[in-house]
Order: sequence, then C-alpha cells, then structure tokens
Amino acid sequence: MSVTAIETETWTRPKQQKNLLVRLFDWKPFLIFICLLPAIGLLMVFLTYPLGLGIWLAFTDTTIGRSGKWIGIENFEWLMEDPIFWSAVFYSVFYTAVATVLKFGLGLWLALLLNNHLPWKSMLRAIILLPWIVPTVLSAIAFWFIYDPQFSIISYMLVEVLGWRETNINFLGEAWPARWSLIAANVWRGIPFVAISLLAGLQTISPSLYEAALLDGASPWQRFRFITFPMLLPILAIVMTFSIIFTFTDFQLVYAITRGGPVNATQIMATLAFQKGIPGGQLGEGAAIAVSMIPFLVFATLFSYFALARRKWQQGEAND
Amino acid sequence: MSDAVAETKPPASTTDAPELLSWDSKARRVVVLYVPLLCFVIILLFPFYWMTMTAFKPNAELYNLRDHNPFWISSPTLDHIYHLLFNTAYPKWLWTTMMVAVASTFLSLLASTLAAYAIQRLRFRGSQYVGLGIYLAYLVPPSILFIPLATIVFQLGLFDTPFALILVYPTFLIPFCTWLLIGYFKSIPYELEECALIDGATRLQILRQITLPLAVPGLISAGIFSFTLSWNEFIYALAFIQSSENKTVAVAILTELVTGDVYQWGALMAGALLGSLPVAIFYSFFVDYYVSSLTGAVKE
Repeated sequence: MSVTAIETETWTRPKQQKNLLVRLFDWKPFLIFICLLPAIGLLMVFLTYPLGLGIWLAFTDTTIGRSGKWIGIENFEWLMEDPIFWSAVFYSVFYTAVATVLKFGLGLWLALLLNNHLPWKSMLRAIILLPWIVPTVLSAIAFWFIYDPQFSIISYMLVEVLGWRETNINFLGEAWPARWSLIAANVWRGIPFVAISLLAGLQTISPSLYEAALLDGASPWQRFRFITFPMLLPILAIVMTFSIIFTFTDFQLVYAITRGGPVNATQIMATLAFQKGIPGGQLGEGAAIAVSMIPFLVFATLFSYFALARRKWQQGEAND
Repeated sequence: MSDAVAETKPPASTTDAPELLSWDSKARRVVVLYVPLLCFVIILLFPFYWMTMTAFKPNAELYNLRDHNPFWISSPTLDHIYHLLFNTAYPKWLWTTMMVAVASTFLSLLASTLAAYAIQRLRFRGSQYVGLGIYLAYLVPPSILFIPLATIVFQLGLFDTPFALILVYPTFLIPFCTWLLIGYFKSIPYELEECALIDGATRLQILRQITLPLAVPGLISAGIFSFTLSWNEFIYALAFIQSSENKTVAVAILTELVTGDVYQWGALMAGALLGSLPVAIFYSFFVDYYVSSLTGAVKE
C-alpha cells in the first residue's frame, strides 16, 4: 500500500524532449494549414484561378501571343449570330440527352442482369468494366476504324454477309449518320460505369423487401417499380449528374472520331472551343464558348443537390 | 480490401432469396438472362477484339475483306508493331506517358492524403465546407479549363513540357482521391488514434505509424485510379504539348500516326493496343480495388 503511494507521488509525466519544430507540427492550426496547403494550393492555382481567368478571357479579345483588352459581351454577341455555334449547342444537348437516356436504359438493364446469381460473376464484372478503363481515345480509334467508309466491318456484315444493303454505309461522311455513330460510341463507353455503379446500389437493397412484396403477390414489374426503382433513385441521381456533366463536356471521343466534321455537323461545344482557341488562336472567343457551357453544368449540379436532399427525408436519418 | 469483401458478400443473399421464391423455369432464365448478357459482353468486347485482330493482320488481308474472313487472321504478322516500335517515337511516347502518370499520381496522393486526414481527423470549424469545396472541384470539367490553363502554363514557361501535365493533372485527381480517402479514413476507428495521443505520440507520428498503414487499401485504390485517369487524359495533353517527342501516347497516335489520306490502320490499331495494355494489365491485377473505388466514390 505504502509502496504504491510513494510511486504515485514520485511519478511525473515523462518530459518529452520536443524541439520547437516538432511542437510546431503538433500545434493543430499549423498542422491543419500544412495538411491542406498542397491540395488547396494546387486546386487554387490550377482550377479556381483558371476558372476565373476563363470567365475574364471570355470578355476580352485575347489571341495567342497578345494579351487582350476588355470588349464586354462582344464575343457573346458574335456567337449569337454564328450558326456553327448554335449547331454545336444543339448537338451538345442532343448528344447528351440521347446518350444519357440510352446509357441509363441499357446500363440499368445490365445492372439488373448482373444482380442475378451468376457463375463467374466477378470475372464478368471485370470484363464489363474494361471499356471504361481503356483510354477513351484509343477505343475511339477502334470505333473510327469500325466506322471507316471502305473497310467498315458493319458495312461488310450488312452488304456481304447478310445482303441487307447494296452499298457501304458512309458512317462519318454525312451529318446524321455521323451524329448517331458518335452517340453509339459514347453509349458503348458509358454503359460499364452506369451498370457497375447501379449494381452497387442494387446490392444495398434489402432482400426482405422483395420477400414481403412476393408474399403480397407483387408482379416482377411491380417489384421493380415500387421497390427497386425508388430505392435506386438516390444513387441514380448522382451517377446521372456525373454522366450528364461529363457527356456534355465530352471532348476526346468527338475529337478522335470526327474532329467535328463533316462540315461542323458533329461539332460540340468543347470541340468548337478547342478549334477556335488552340489551333485558331482566338483564346477569347474559345473561352466564351467554354463559358457558355457553365449554365448547363450548374443546372446539372443543382439537380444532384436536390436529389441528395430528397434522399435524406426519404430514408430517415440513419441512412446518410 | 475490406471494402471489396464487404461489397461482394451481401449479393449472395440478396440475389438468392427472390430467386428461391419466384418460380423461373430454366428455359425462361436462358432467354431473359443469359442471351441479353451474352449480347452485352459481345458488344462491349468487340472493339477490343477488332483492335487486336487489326494489329496483327497483314495489309493484304486488312484491305481485302472479300477474299479473307475478316474475323480471323490467316497469316498473323508483327509488322505493324515492328513499324511502331522502330520507325516511330512510340517507345518515347510510352515513356513520357508513364512518367507523367506516375509523377502526377504521386503528387496527388501526397496532397490528398494530407487533405483527407485534415478534413476527416483534425476536425476544425468549417472542415465540411472544405470537403464540399473539393467535391465541387470534381464537377468542373477540363473542357472549360483548358483555354485559360494554356495561357497560365505559357506564362509559367511550362508550355510544351511534361511538367505542365504533371502539375495540371492533380486538379482532377485530387478531388477524387480526397473523397475516396475521406471515406476510407472514416472506416478506421478513431479510438486507435486517441490511444496513441494519450501515449504521447505527435499528430504526424499518428498519421505515419497508425492511420496510413491501416489505410493502405484505400491508398492503393486511389493510386491505381489516379494512374488510370492520368494515363487516359487527353485534352490537356493535346492543348499543352506541341513537339512530337513530348507527346503522350493518346495524343501522339492521333496526331503523329495519322498521315495523309490513307490511314495506316494496322499501325494505328497496334498503337492503340499497346497503349491500352499497361492500364489493362494494371487493371487485371487490381480489379477489386477498381470496383470498390468506383462504387465507393459514387456512394460517398
């Protein structure tokens, strides 16, 4: 008893020999500052500042090698009268809308198929994600060859094997076939992402809900409509926002396959901005086209925000 | 890894239960399930199959669809790959791409680990707003940034150098990695750190010796994902690099190999195939990490 009393009396917290630097790094405000500095610094210099600079450039007549001066909304006035710009806006919206609908329709279907009990499930999942992993430009080159006017394998199938057509299809030489060809390539590339994300959402749905529905005599359609779909809605909204943003601002696929041709028919806003800005040297005009994309993106982001807000009251507080 | 295991576990029960209760006949299952699935797999894989076939086909077969079965190669050749490796700067492009991808991945992993630790563990006032800001940065697409970035890169004197890409790629890698790692740090019990704090460890010691070793799977996920994203990046590389020897694979194939009106499809496809291989090999080793980081990032 007495021994422990003496020990507690003599015991003091071991004095650690910390030098100033160590103590500085243990001081929370300083540590927070140091930890956030690289990430915030990089994002500020190469993301926030360019975003502001881009908006400023849109109101100037900057060209490569010459810093421009403020010209107000002249760039935008000019764009308003430019039929190529309006055709790019039209095709951007059309491309995004059609590709998104197809991607989500087919992706959801694929996710529902994968949600069954299947042999080699993980192998299958790995194969399906492949188009999303491989560099877009490189798979776009494969599509470019598939769409070749002379050596297209699709034309070969239709003309030589099936005999449904007399002549080869000129996929990329005419406006509408080229537009649809690009949408097909985009859907091909987008399905894996949608399917795998939605599959993750499907797997979180409790099987007891389906059991209850089966006992109540629900048909497969009713089970999908009243259980699967509402439970999937939150994740669907997020994936869709991402998909819309990145389809709308897509650049690689269009640039690699058609470069905006034939005669600007497949020009979307990103490729038009590039064409005006970098090879054309009209930085101000290019920036104005790029800035015109922002309202669409804000709309898509708000869509995501409200979908998230909706999720909270739908599923209670426990589900965050 | 625990993430991946946790994710693959539940489906067995999720999918078994309704199946036992519904009375599907075998034939119906084939028509409703296996046939569509097979179609999906064939369509998703066809461009890769086609790429491979074209890369090894001699020109005689390539440009004569009538006399040769286009779906098969009767006399495979390595000519296109040989041409690519020895007559073009392809090895140099591969090397540049690799260096850029590795360096920008390293940079963004470093920055986002520290940021995620600060946001999730050091908990300061307004930390969730910093997190939200970083999330919003992910929603800013490169297509609206490349023009102003080109002027910035030019002013910094980095135009036409790989350093421009190394510094710019983190803008889309950091938001992604930070969110992935915040989610990962959340799953590590805070009590471990409290114990270490009581034992007198400094914050940096805790990060290095306790949190990071436990977060290794998360770091791997973030790392391979960043590597893939920077390997695949196109628009910045196209806008910032002019000289042939500094180009990345994706840009070089499209701008250097397409010469004249007659496209050399064999060489183009061989280039695309070789350029996809590093990512594909990487992917085959880490499939589970890819899936867990993809779904994890979406869920966060």
